[in-house]
Amino acid sequence: MKKWASIKSNLPAAVFLGLIVILWELISRAAAVPAYILPAPTEIAVALGDNFLLLIAHTRVTLAAVLSGLALAVLTACILAVAMDRWKPLKQALYPVLVISQSIPIFALAPLMLIWFGVGLLPKILIVTLVCFFPLAVNLVEGLSQVDPEAIDLMQTMKANRWMIMISVQLPFAMPFFFSGLKIAATYSVLGAIIGEWLGARAGLGIYMLRAMNSFRTSHLFASVIVVILLSLALFKLVELAGWASMPWQRQSKDQMEG
Amino acid sequence: MIPIEKLQLKEVSSTYSSGEEKLPVLDRVSLSVGAGEFVSVIGPSGSGKSTILKIAAGLLNPDRGKVFIDSSDITGNPQLVGYMPQQDLLFPWKTLKQNAALPLLAAKTKKKEAYARVEEMLPVFGLEGFADYYPYQLSGGMRQRTALMRTMLIDSDLMLLDEPFGALDALTRENMQDWLLRIWERFKRSALFVTHSIDEAIYLSDRVCVISERPGKNVLEQVIELPRPRKKELLTTEKFTSYKQMLIDALSVKS
Ligand SMILES: Nc1ncnc2c1ncn2[C@@H]1O[C@H](COP(=O)(O)OP(=O)(O)OP(=O)(O)O)[C@@H](O)[C@H]1O
Ligand SMILES: [Mg+2]
Repeated sequence: MKKWASIKSNLPAAVFLGLIVILWELISRAAAVPAYILPAPTEIAVALGDNFLLLIAHTRVTLAAVLSGLALAVLTACILAVAMDRWKPLKQALYPVLVISQSIPIFALAPLMLIWFGVGLLPKILIVTLVCFFPLAVNLVEGLSQVDPEAIDLMQTMKANRWMIMISVQLPFAMPFFFSGLKIAATYSVLGAIIGEWLGARAGLGIYMLRAMNSFRTSHLFASVIVVILLSLALFKLVELAGWASMPWQRQSKDQMEG
Repeated sequence: MIPIEKLQLKEVSSTYSSGEEKLPVLDRVSLSVGAGEFVSVIGPSGSGKSTILKIAAGLLNPDRGKVFIDSSDITGNPQLVGYMPQQDLLFPWKTLKQNAALPLLAAKTKKKEAYARVEEMLPVFGLEGFADYYPYQLSGGMRQRTALMRTMLIDSDLMLLDEPFGALDALTRENMQDWLLRIWERFKRSALFVTHSIDEAIYLSDRVCVISERPGKNVLEQVIELPRPRKKELLTTEKFTSYKQMLIDALSVKS
Protein backbone atom coordinates (compact mmCIF):
# COMPACT_ATOMS: atom_id res chain seq x y z
CA MET A 1 0.00 0.00 0.00
CA LYS A 2 2.78 2.35 0.99
CA LYS A 3 4.66 1.73 -2.22
CA TRP A 4 1.59 2.39 -4.32
CA ALA A 5 0.98 5.63 -2.42
CA SER A 6 4.49 6.84 -3.10
CA ILE A 7 4.21 5.94 -6.79
CA LYS A 8 0.92 7.74 -6.98
CA SER A 9 2.32 10.87 -5.38
CA ASN A 10 5.24 10.94 -7.83
CA LEU A 11 3.03 10.32 -10.86
CA PRO A 12 2.22 13.96 -11.73
CA ALA A 13 5.91 14.90 -11.74
CA ALA A 14 6.76 11.91 -13.93
CA VAL A 15 4.01 12.72 -16.43
CA PHE A 16 5.10 16.36 -16.57
CA LEU A 17 8.73 15.37 -17.15
CA GLY A 18 7.67 12.92 -19.87
CA LEU A 19 5.65 15.59 -21.66
CA ILE A 20 8.59 17.99 -21.62
CA VAL A 21 10.89 15.36 -23.13
CA ILE A 22 8.38 14.60 -25.88
CA LEU A 23 7.86 18.29 -26.61
CA TRP A 24 11.63 18.81 -26.67
CA GLU A 25 12.04 15.96 -29.15
CA LEU A 26 9.29 17.32 -31.38
CA ILE A 27 10.63 20.88 -31.35
CA SER A 28 14.23 19.91 -32.06
CA ARG A 29 13.03 17.80 -35.02
CA ALA A 30 10.50 20.24 -36.43
CA ALA A 31 12.64 23.35 -36.04
CA ALA A 32 15.84 21.54 -37.03
CA VAL A 33 17.86 23.14 -34.22
CA PRO A 34 21.56 22.33 -34.76
CA ALA A 35 22.62 19.48 -32.48
CA TYR A 36 25.48 21.50 -30.97
CA ILE A 37 22.92 24.00 -29.64
CA LEU A 38 20.14 21.68 -28.51
CA PRO A 39 20.44 17.96 -29.20
CA ALA A 40 17.20 15.98 -29.24
CA PRO A 41 16.55 13.59 -26.34
CA THR A 42 17.08 10.63 -28.66
CA GLU A 43 20.51 11.97 -29.64
CA ILE A 44 21.40 12.35 -25.97
CA ALA A 45 20.28 8.78 -25.36
CA VAL A 46 22.53 7.60 -28.21
CA ALA A 47 25.47 9.59 -26.78
CA LEU A 48 24.80 8.05 -23.40
CA GLY A 49 24.81 4.54 -24.87
CA ASP A 50 27.91 5.05 -27.02
CA ASN A 51 29.95 6.50 -24.17
CA PHE A 52 28.63 4.31 -21.45
CA LEU A 53 31.93 2.69 -20.46
CA LEU A 54 33.86 5.95 -20.75
CA LEU A 55 31.29 7.72 -18.61
CA ILE A 56 31.50 4.98 -16.00
CA ALA A 57 35.27 5.33 -15.88
CA HIS A 58 35.04 9.09 -15.34
CA THR A 59 32.23 8.69 -12.82
CA ARG A 60 34.42 6.41 -10.76
CA VAL A 61 37.10 9.07 -10.50
CA THR A 62 34.57 11.71 -9.45
CA LEU A 63 32.87 9.33 -7.05
CA ALA A 64 36.20 8.60 -5.34
CA ALA A 65 36.66 12.31 -4.63
CA VAL A 66 33.02 12.69 -3.55
CA LEU A 67 33.04 9.77 -1.12
CA SER A 68 36.44 10.51 0.41
CA GLY A 69 35.55 14.19 0.75
CA LEU A 70 32.22 13.38 2.36
CA ALA A 71 33.83 10.93 4.76
CA LEU A 72 36.46 13.49 5.74
CA ALA A 73 33.76 16.13 6.22
CA VAL A 74 31.68 13.81 8.41
CA LEU A 75 34.70 12.95 10.51
CA THR A 76 35.87 16.53 11.06
CA ALA A 77 32.33 17.85 11.56
CA CYS A 78 31.60 15.21 14.22
CA ILE A 79 34.83 15.83 16.09
CA LEU A 80 34.47 19.59 15.98
CA ALA A 81 30.77 19.62 16.86
CA VAL A 82 31.31 17.36 19.87
CA ALA A 83 34.30 19.44 20.96
CA MET A 84 32.31 22.67 20.59
CA ASP A 85 29.47 21.21 22.63
CA ARG A 86 31.78 20.06 25.40
CA TRP A 87 33.87 23.23 25.64
CA LYS A 88 31.68 26.29 25.35
CA PRO A 89 34.60 28.74 24.91
CA LEU A 90 35.62 26.80 21.81
CA LYS A 91 32.08 27.12 20.46
CA GLN A 92 32.00 30.83 21.20
CA ALA A 93 35.28 31.29 19.40
CA LEU A 94 34.71 28.99 16.46
CA TYR A 95 31.02 29.05 15.62
CA PRO A 96 30.82 32.65 14.38
CA VAL A 97 33.98 32.13 12.32
CA LEU A 98 32.38 29.07 10.75
CA VAL A 99 29.30 31.04 9.79
CA ILE A 100 31.36 33.88 8.34
CA SER A 101 33.50 31.43 6.38
CA GLN A 102 30.36 30.48 4.48
CA SER A 103 30.36 33.83 2.70
CA ILE A 104 33.58 32.87 0.91
CA PRO A 105 32.44 31.44 -2.42
CA ILE A 106 33.82 28.02 -3.20
CA PHE A 107 34.93 29.34 -6.61
CA ALA A 108 37.42 31.53 -4.76
CA LEU A 109 38.77 28.71 -2.61
CA ALA A 110 38.95 25.99 -5.23
CA PRO A 111 41.82 27.54 -7.23
CA LEU A 112 43.81 27.88 -4.01
CA MET A 113 43.41 24.18 -3.35
CA LEU A 114 44.80 23.46 -6.79
CA ILE A 115 47.74 25.80 -6.31
CA TRP A 116 48.57 24.21 -2.97
CA PHE A 117 47.92 20.57 -3.75
CA GLY A 118 48.29 20.15 -7.51
CA VAL A 119 45.87 18.50 -9.91
CA GLY A 120 45.61 15.09 -8.27
CA LEU A 121 42.77 13.64 -6.21
CA LEU A 122 43.67 15.46 -2.98
CA PRO A 123 42.53 19.00 -3.91
CA LYS A 124 39.16 17.62 -5.11
CA ILE A 125 38.70 15.74 -1.87
CA LEU A 126 39.48 18.90 0.06
CA ILE A 127 37.04 20.99 -1.99
CA VAL A 128 34.28 18.44 -1.38
CA THR A 129 35.16 18.44 2.32
CA LEU A 130 35.00 22.23 2.43
CA VAL A 131 31.53 22.43 0.89
CA CYS A 132 30.14 19.53 2.93
CA PHE A 133 31.63 20.42 6.28
CA PHE A 134 29.45 23.42 7.04
CA PRO A 135 25.93 21.96 6.75
CA LEU A 136 27.09 18.93 8.70
CA ALA A 137 28.79 20.84 11.50
CA VAL A 138 26.01 23.39 11.92
CA ASN A 139 23.29 20.76 12.04
CA LEU A 140 25.22 18.65 14.53
CA VAL A 141 25.98 21.59 16.82
CA GLU A 142 22.30 22.55 16.73
CA GLY A 143 21.20 19.00 17.46
CA LEU A 144 23.60 18.51 20.34
CA SER A 145 22.54 21.74 21.98
CA GLN A 146 18.80 21.18 21.63
CA VAL A 147 18.65 18.17 23.92
CA ASP A 148 16.04 18.58 26.68
CA PRO A 149 17.96 19.83 29.75
CA GLU A 150 15.67 17.60 31.85
CA ALA A 151 17.13 14.58 30.10
CA ILE A 152 20.62 15.68 31.07
CA ASP A 153 19.40 16.28 34.65
CA LEU A 154 18.02 12.76 34.72
CA MET A 155 21.34 11.32 33.58
CA GLN A 156 23.11 13.32 36.27
CA THR A 157 20.96 11.76 38.99
CA MET A 158 22.29 8.41 37.73
CA LYS A 159 25.82 9.79 38.02
CA ALA A 160 26.43 9.20 34.33
CA ASN A 161 29.60 10.94 33.17
CA ARG A 162 29.70 13.55 30.39
CA TRP A 163 30.79 11.06 27.74
CA MET A 164 28.01 8.65 28.55
CA ILE A 165 25.52 11.51 28.32
CA MET A 166 27.05 12.48 24.98
CA ILE A 167 26.94 8.96 23.58
CA SER A 168 23.64 7.71 24.90
CA VAL A 169 21.60 10.92 24.88
CA GLN A 170 23.02 13.82 22.90
CA LEU A 171 24.36 12.01 19.85
CA PRO A 172 21.24 9.88 19.26
CA PHE A 173 19.11 12.99 19.73
CA ALA A 174 21.23 14.84 17.17
CA MET A 175 21.09 12.06 14.58
CA PRO A 176 18.08 13.36 12.65
CA PHE A 177 19.82 16.75 12.52
CA PHE A 178 22.99 15.06 11.31
CA PHE A 179 21.15 13.25 8.54
CA SER A 180 19.38 16.34 7.29
CA GLY A 181 22.81 18.01 7.16
CA LEU A 182 24.20 14.98 5.35
CA LYS A 183 21.45 15.18 2.72
CA ILE A 184 22.44 18.75 1.91
CA ALA A 185 26.11 17.79 2.00
CA ALA A 186 25.54 14.87 -0.37
CA THR A 187 24.00 17.14 -2.99
CA TYR A 188 26.78 19.72 -2.60
CA SER A 189 29.47 17.09 -2.75
CA VAL A 190 29.06 16.18 -6.44
CA LEU A 191 29.03 19.85 -7.34
CA GLY A 192 32.21 20.41 -5.31
CA ALA A 193 34.06 17.57 -7.02
CA ILE A 194 33.08 18.78 -10.50
CA ILE A 195 34.17 22.33 -9.79
CA GLY A 196 37.49 20.93 -8.61
CA GLU A 197 37.86 18.95 -11.83
CA TRP A 198 37.00 21.92 -14.03
CA LEU A 199 39.95 23.79 -12.59
CA GLY A 200 42.36 21.03 -13.44
CA ALA A 201 42.33 17.26 -13.49
CA ARG A 202 43.22 14.29 -15.65
CA ALA A 203 39.93 12.45 -15.34
CA GLY A 204 36.48 12.75 -13.87
CA LEU A 205 33.02 13.86 -14.94
CA GLY A 206 34.13 17.51 -14.79
CA ILE A 207 36.89 16.79 -17.29
CA TYR A 208 34.52 14.84 -19.51
CA MET A 209 32.18 17.83 -19.50
CA LEU A 210 34.97 20.24 -20.39
CA ARG A 211 36.09 18.07 -23.30
CA ALA A 212 32.53 17.67 -24.60
CA MET A 213 32.04 21.41 -24.37
CA ASN A 214 35.30 22.30 -26.09
CA SER A 215 34.53 20.00 -28.99
CA PHE A 216 30.90 21.18 -29.27
CA ARG A 217 29.60 17.68 -28.69
CA THR A 218 26.61 19.02 -26.86
CA SER A 219 24.82 15.68 -26.74
CA HIS A 220 27.79 14.31 -24.77
CA LEU A 221 27.56 17.25 -22.42
CA PHE A 222 23.90 16.48 -21.82
CA ALA A 223 24.73 12.82 -21.31
CA SER A 224 27.19 13.74 -18.58
CA VAL A 225 24.64 16.08 -16.99
CA ILE A 226 22.26 13.14 -16.77
CA VAL A 227 24.97 11.07 -15.10
CA VAL A 228 25.59 13.88 -12.60
CA ILE A 229 21.87 14.07 -11.82
CA LEU A 230 21.66 10.31 -11.33
CA LEU A 231 24.76 10.33 -9.15
CA SER A 232 23.40 13.10 -6.90
CA LEU A 233 20.03 11.39 -6.68
CA ALA A 234 21.62 8.07 -5.80
CA LEU A 235 23.73 9.67 -3.06
CA PHE A 236 20.67 11.43 -1.68
CA LYS A 237 18.67 8.21 -1.59
CA LEU A 238 21.60 6.39 -0.01
CA VAL A 239 21.72 8.95 2.80
CA GLU A 240 17.97 8.57 3.29
CA LEU A 241 18.35 4.82 3.45
CA ALA A 242 21.24 5.05 5.92
CA GLY A 243 19.13 7.35 8.09
CA TRP A 244 16.22 4.96 7.96
CA ALA A 245 18.41 1.98 8.81
CA SER A 246 20.25 3.64 11.67
CA MET A 247 17.24 5.24 13.37
CA PRO A 248 14.65 2.51 13.83
CA TRP A 249 12.83 4.63 16.42
CA GLN A 250 12.07 7.26 13.78
CA ARG A 251 10.26 4.88 11.47
CA GLN A 252 6.91 4.82 13.17
CA SER A 253 6.17 8.54 12.91
CA LYS A 254 7.21 8.54 9.24
CA ASP A 255 5.01 5.54 8.44
CA GLN A 256 2.09 7.27 10.08
CA MET A 257 2.61 10.41 8.07
CA GLU A 258 2.77 8.58 4.79
CA GLY A 259 0.09 6.03 5.62
CA MET B 1 13.18 7.99 69.33
CA ILE B 2 14.42 10.71 66.99
CA PRO B 3 13.75 9.56 63.42
CA ILE B 4 16.79 9.28 61.18
CA GLU B 5 16.23 11.78 58.40
CA LYS B 6 17.01 10.59 54.90
CA LEU B 7 16.28 13.91 53.22
CA GLN B 8 15.86 17.37 54.65
CA LEU B 9 15.00 20.64 52.97
CA LYS B 10 15.54 23.59 55.28
CA GLU B 11 13.81 26.89 54.47
CA VAL B 12 14.40 26.60 50.76
CA SER B 13 13.49 29.53 48.50
CA SER B 14 13.78 29.57 44.75
CA THR B 15 13.22 32.04 41.94
CA TYR B 16 13.20 31.47 38.19
CA SER B 17 14.34 34.43 36.18
CA SER B 18 13.95 34.90 32.47
CA GLY B 19 15.73 38.13 31.53
CA GLU B 20 14.36 40.97 33.65
CA GLU B 21 11.39 39.00 34.98
CA LYS B 22 11.77 37.27 38.31
CA LEU B 23 9.32 34.57 39.29
CA PRO B 24 9.44 33.56 42.94
CA VAL B 25 8.46 29.89 43.05
CA LEU B 26 9.28 28.65 46.56
CA ASP B 27 9.21 30.63 49.77
CA ARG B 28 11.10 29.09 52.71
CA VAL B 29 9.78 25.58 52.21
CA SER B 30 10.94 22.98 54.70
CA LEU B 31 10.28 19.31 54.57
CA SER B 32 11.87 16.05 55.48
CA VAL B 33 11.66 12.38 54.66
CA GLY B 34 12.66 9.86 57.32
CA ALA B 35 14.46 6.64 56.47
CA GLY B 36 11.90 4.25 55.00
CA GLU B 37 9.20 6.89 55.08
CA PHE B 38 6.72 7.68 52.29
CA VAL B 39 6.00 11.42 52.10
CA SER B 40 3.72 13.10 49.58
CA VAL B 41 3.64 16.70 48.46
CA ILE B 42 0.41 18.16 47.16
CA GLY B 43 -0.31 21.68 45.98
CA PRO B 44 -1.95 23.61 43.17
CA SER B 45 -0.48 23.48 39.69
CA GLY B 46 2.51 25.79 39.38
CA SER B 47 3.10 25.93 43.13
CA GLY B 48 6.65 24.64 42.72
CA LYS B 49 6.32 20.92 43.46
CA SER B 50 8.56 19.82 40.61
CA THR B 51 11.00 22.53 41.65
CA ILE B 52 11.13 21.03 45.15
CA LEU B 53 12.15 17.67 43.69
CA LYS B 54 14.84 19.24 41.51
CA ILE B 55 16.26 21.04 44.52
CA ALA B 56 16.08 17.85 46.58
CA ALA B 57 18.07 16.00 43.91
CA GLY B 58 20.70 18.75 43.94
CA LEU B 59 19.93 19.58 40.30
CA LEU B 60 18.86 23.12 41.10
CA ASN B 61 20.59 25.49 43.47
CA PRO B 62 18.05 27.32 45.67
CA ASP B 63 18.42 31.07 46.36
CA ARG B 64 18.49 30.32 50.04
CA GLY B 65 18.13 27.34 52.33
CA LYS B 66 19.94 24.04 52.45
CA VAL B 67 19.37 20.45 51.40
CA PHE B 68 20.71 17.52 53.38
CA ILE B 69 20.81 13.89 52.37
CA ASP B 70 21.93 11.55 55.15
CA SER B 71 22.84 14.67 57.12
CA SER B 72 25.37 15.94 54.59
CA ASP B 73 24.84 19.23 52.82
CA ILE B 74 24.30 18.55 49.12
CA THR B 75 22.70 21.87 48.14
CA GLY B 76 23.11 22.35 44.39
CA ASN B 77 25.22 19.22 43.87
CA PRO B 78 23.51 16.54 41.78
CA GLN B 79 23.22 13.33 43.75
CA LEU B 80 22.72 9.69 42.97
CA VAL B 81 18.98 9.51 43.68
CA GLY B 82 16.01 7.73 42.20
CA TYR B 83 14.62 10.78 40.47
CA MET B 84 11.67 10.29 38.16
CA PRO B 85 10.80 13.52 36.33
CA GLN B 86 7.27 14.56 35.51
CA GLN B 87 7.50 13.49 31.87
CA ASP B 88 8.58 9.86 31.74
CA LEU B 89 11.65 10.81 29.67
CA LEU B 90 12.23 7.42 28.17
CA PHE B 91 14.69 7.88 25.35
CA PRO B 92 12.93 7.13 22.06
CA TRP B 93 16.13 5.72 20.53
CA LYS B 94 16.48 3.09 23.21
CA THR B 95 14.40 -0.04 23.69
CA LEU B 96 12.65 -0.73 26.98
CA LYS B 97 15.60 -2.84 28.09
CA GLN B 98 18.19 -0.25 27.10
CA ASN B 99 16.27 2.53 28.82
CA ALA B 100 15.87 0.59 32.04
CA ALA B 101 19.51 -0.48 32.05
CA LEU B 102 20.85 3.09 31.92
CA PRO B 103 21.37 3.48 35.69
CA LEU B 104 23.29 0.19 35.76
CA LEU B 105 25.45 1.17 32.81
CA ALA B 106 26.08 4.56 34.41
CA ALA B 107 27.29 2.66 37.47
CA LYS B 108 29.79 0.83 35.22
CA THR B 109 28.00 -2.51 35.25
CA LYS B 110 28.92 -4.71 32.28
CA LYS B 111 26.33 -4.51 29.51
CA LYS B 112 25.51 -8.20 29.56
CA GLU B 113 25.07 -8.24 33.31
CA ALA B 114 22.95 -5.06 33.23
CA TYR B 115 20.58 -6.47 30.62
CA ALA B 116 20.34 -9.74 32.53
CA ARG B 117 19.30 -7.85 35.66
CA VAL B 118 16.71 -5.86 33.72
CA GLU B 119 15.28 -9.05 32.20
CA GLU B 120 15.07 -10.49 35.67
CA MET B 121 13.03 -7.55 36.92
CA LEU B 122 10.61 -7.34 33.98
CA PRO B 123 7.99 -9.66 35.55
CA VAL B 124 7.96 -7.62 38.77
CA PHE B 125 6.88 -4.64 36.68
CA GLY B 126 4.54 -6.60 34.44
CA LEU B 127 6.69 -5.95 31.41
CA GLU B 128 7.89 -9.41 30.45
CA GLY B 129 8.10 -9.93 26.72
CA PHE B 130 8.49 -6.24 25.93
CA ALA B 131 12.25 -5.90 26.52
CA ASP B 132 13.01 -5.07 22.89
CA TYR B 133 10.12 -2.71 22.25
CA TYR B 134 10.77 0.95 21.57
CA PRO B 135 8.89 3.44 23.76
CA TYR B 136 6.52 4.37 20.91
CA GLN B 137 5.37 0.76 20.83
CA LEU B 138 4.39 0.80 24.52
CA SER B 139 1.18 1.98 26.15
CA GLY B 140 1.19 4.98 28.50
CA GLY B 141 1.04 2.74 31.55
CA MET B 142 3.87 0.55 30.32
CA ARG B 143 6.00 3.59 29.67
CA GLN B 144 5.47 4.81 33.21
CA ARG B 145 6.23 1.39 34.61
CA THR B 146 9.41 1.31 32.55
CA ALA B 147 10.39 4.71 33.89
CA LEU B 148 9.62 3.53 37.40
CA MET B 149 11.69 0.41 36.87
CA ARG B 150 14.57 2.56 35.66
CA THR B 151 14.16 4.67 38.80
CA MET B 152 14.26 1.55 40.98
CA LEU B 153 17.47 0.42 39.33
CA ILE B 154 19.23 3.56 40.47
CA ASP B 155 21.29 2.38 43.39
CA SER B 156 19.96 4.81 45.97
CA ASP B 157 17.48 4.33 48.79
CA LEU B 158 15.88 7.71 48.17
CA MET B 159 13.20 8.05 45.49
CA LEU B 160 11.91 11.37 44.21
CA LEU B 161 8.80 10.71 42.13
CA ASP B 162 7.09 13.53 40.23
CA GLU B 163 3.47 12.66 39.47
CA PRO B 164 4.43 9.24 38.18
CA PHE B 165 0.80 8.30 37.52
CA GLY B 166 -0.33 11.68 36.23
CA ALA B 167 -1.12 10.53 32.73
CA LEU B 168 -3.06 7.38 33.61
CA ASP B 169 -6.76 6.60 33.69
CA ALA B 170 -8.36 5.98 37.07
CA LEU B 171 -8.29 2.18 36.91
CA THR B 172 -4.68 1.80 35.76
CA ARG B 173 -3.77 4.42 38.30
CA GLU B 174 -5.22 2.45 41.19
CA ASN B 175 -3.43 -0.69 40.08
CA MET B 176 -0.17 1.20 39.81
CA GLN B 177 -0.58 2.66 43.30
CA ASP B 178 -0.93 -0.76 44.89
CA TRP B 179 1.86 -1.94 42.83
CA LEU B 180 4.13 0.99 43.83
CA LEU B 181 3.40 0.28 47.50
CA ARG B 182 4.40 -3.35 47.05
CA ILE B 183 7.65 -2.31 45.39
CA TRP B 184 8.33 0.34 48.01
CA GLU B 185 7.83 -2.16 50.81
CA ARG B 186 9.92 -4.72 49.03
CA PHE B 187 12.88 -2.45 48.30
CA LYS B 188 12.68 -0.55 51.62
CA ARG B 189 13.22 2.91 50.25
CA SER B 190 12.41 6.42 51.34
CA ALA B 191 10.09 8.25 49.00
CA LEU B 192 9.17 11.84 48.27
CA PHE B 193 6.12 11.69 46.03
CA VAL B 194 4.49 14.59 44.19
CA THR B 195 0.87 14.31 43.18
CA HIS B 196 -2.24 16.31 42.34
CA SER B 197 -4.56 13.73 43.80
CA ILE B 198 -5.52 14.02 47.47
CA ASP B 199 -6.79 10.43 47.58
CA GLU B 200 -3.56 9.16 46.14
CA ALA B 201 -1.49 11.15 48.65
CA ILE B 202 -3.45 9.82 51.65
CA TYR B 203 -3.58 6.28 50.34
CA LEU B 204 0.15 6.01 49.77
CA SER B 205 1.79 8.12 52.44
CA ASP B 206 2.96 8.18 56.00
CA ARG B 207 2.85 11.95 55.83
CA VAL B 208 1.38 14.54 53.44
CA CYS B 209 2.78 18.05 52.98
CA VAL B 210 0.51 20.70 51.53
CA ILE B 211 2.10 23.55 49.60
CA SER B 212 0.33 26.83 48.88
CA GLU B 213 -0.15 28.53 45.54
CA ARG B 214 2.90 30.13 43.97
CA PRO B 215 5.17 31.06 45.60
CA GLY B 216 4.90 27.74 47.40
CA LYS B 217 4.93 27.84 51.20
CA ASN B 218 4.34 25.15 53.80
CA VAL B 219 0.65 25.13 54.65
CA LEU B 220 0.07 21.88 56.47
CA GLU B 221 1.87 18.70 57.34
CA GLN B 222 -0.43 15.81 58.13
CA VAL B 223 0.63 12.44 59.50
CA ILE B 224 -1.50 9.66 58.04
CA GLU B 225 -2.13 6.95 60.58
CA LEU B 226 -3.67 4.24 58.48
CA PRO B 227 -2.60 0.62 58.84
CA ARG B 228 -0.20 -0.93 56.35
CA PRO B 229 -0.32 -2.76 54.04
CA ARG B 230 -2.87 -0.34 52.66
CA LYS B 231 -6.11 -1.76 51.23
CA LYS B 232 -8.66 -0.18 48.94
CA GLU B 233 -11.34 -0.54 51.66
CA LEU B 234 -9.59 2.26 53.52
CA LEU B 235 -10.82 4.76 50.97
CA THR B 236 -14.33 4.66 52.41
CA THR B 237 -13.42 4.75 56.10
CA GLU B 238 -14.27 7.73 58.29
CA LYS B 239 -10.63 8.34 59.07
CA PHE B 240 -9.74 8.55 55.40
CA THR B 241 -12.57 11.00 54.74
CA SER B 242 -11.58 13.21 57.63
CA TYR B 243 -7.98 13.34 56.37
CA LYS B 244 -9.35 14.22 52.99
CA GLN B 245 -11.47 17.05 54.37
CA MET B 246 -8.46 18.45 56.24
CA LEU B 247 -6.32 18.44 53.14
CA ILE B 248 -9.03 20.00 50.99
CA ASP B 249 -9.39 22.80 53.55
CA ALA B 250 -5.63 23.33 53.60
CA LEU B 251 -5.48 23.49 49.82
CA SER B 252 -8.23 26.08 49.58
CA VAL B 253 -6.40 28.53 51.88
CA LYS B 254 -5.33 31.45 49.72
CA SER B 255 -1.76 32.59 50.07
N1 LIG C 1 12.98 26.23 33.99
C1 LIG C 1 12.07 27.16 34.31
N2 LIG C 1 12.24 28.45 33.95
C2 LIG C 1 11.33 29.39 34.28
N3 LIG C 1 10.22 29.15 34.97
C3 LIG C 1 9.99 27.90 35.37
C4 LIG C 1 10.90 26.83 35.05
N4 LIG C 1 10.41 25.68 35.57
C5 LIG C 1 9.25 26.02 36.17
N5 LIG C 1 9.00 27.33 36.06
C6 LIG C 1 7.85 28.04 36.63
O1 LIG C 1 7.88 27.86 38.02
C7 LIG C 1 6.59 27.60 38.53
C8 LIG C 1 6.59 26.32 39.34
O2 LIG C 1 6.90 25.25 38.46
P1 LIG C 1 6.85 23.74 38.92
O3 LIG C 1 7.08 22.92 37.70
O4 LIG C 1 7.76 23.53 40.06
O5 LIG C 1 5.34 23.62 39.39
P2 LIG C 1 4.51 22.33 39.79
O6 LIG C 1 3.96 22.57 41.15
O7 LIG C 1 5.32 21.11 39.59
O8 LIG C 1 3.33 22.39 38.75
P3 LIG C 1 2.51 21.15 38.12
O9 LIG C 1 1.65 20.63 39.23
O10 LIG C 1 1.69 21.79 37.06
O11 LIG C 1 3.49 20.17 37.63
C9 LIG C 1 5.66 27.58 37.35
O12 LIG C 1 4.95 28.80 37.31
C10 LIG C 1 6.55 27.45 36.16
O13 LIG C 1 6.03 28.19 35.09
MG1 LIG D 1 5.26 19.57 38.34
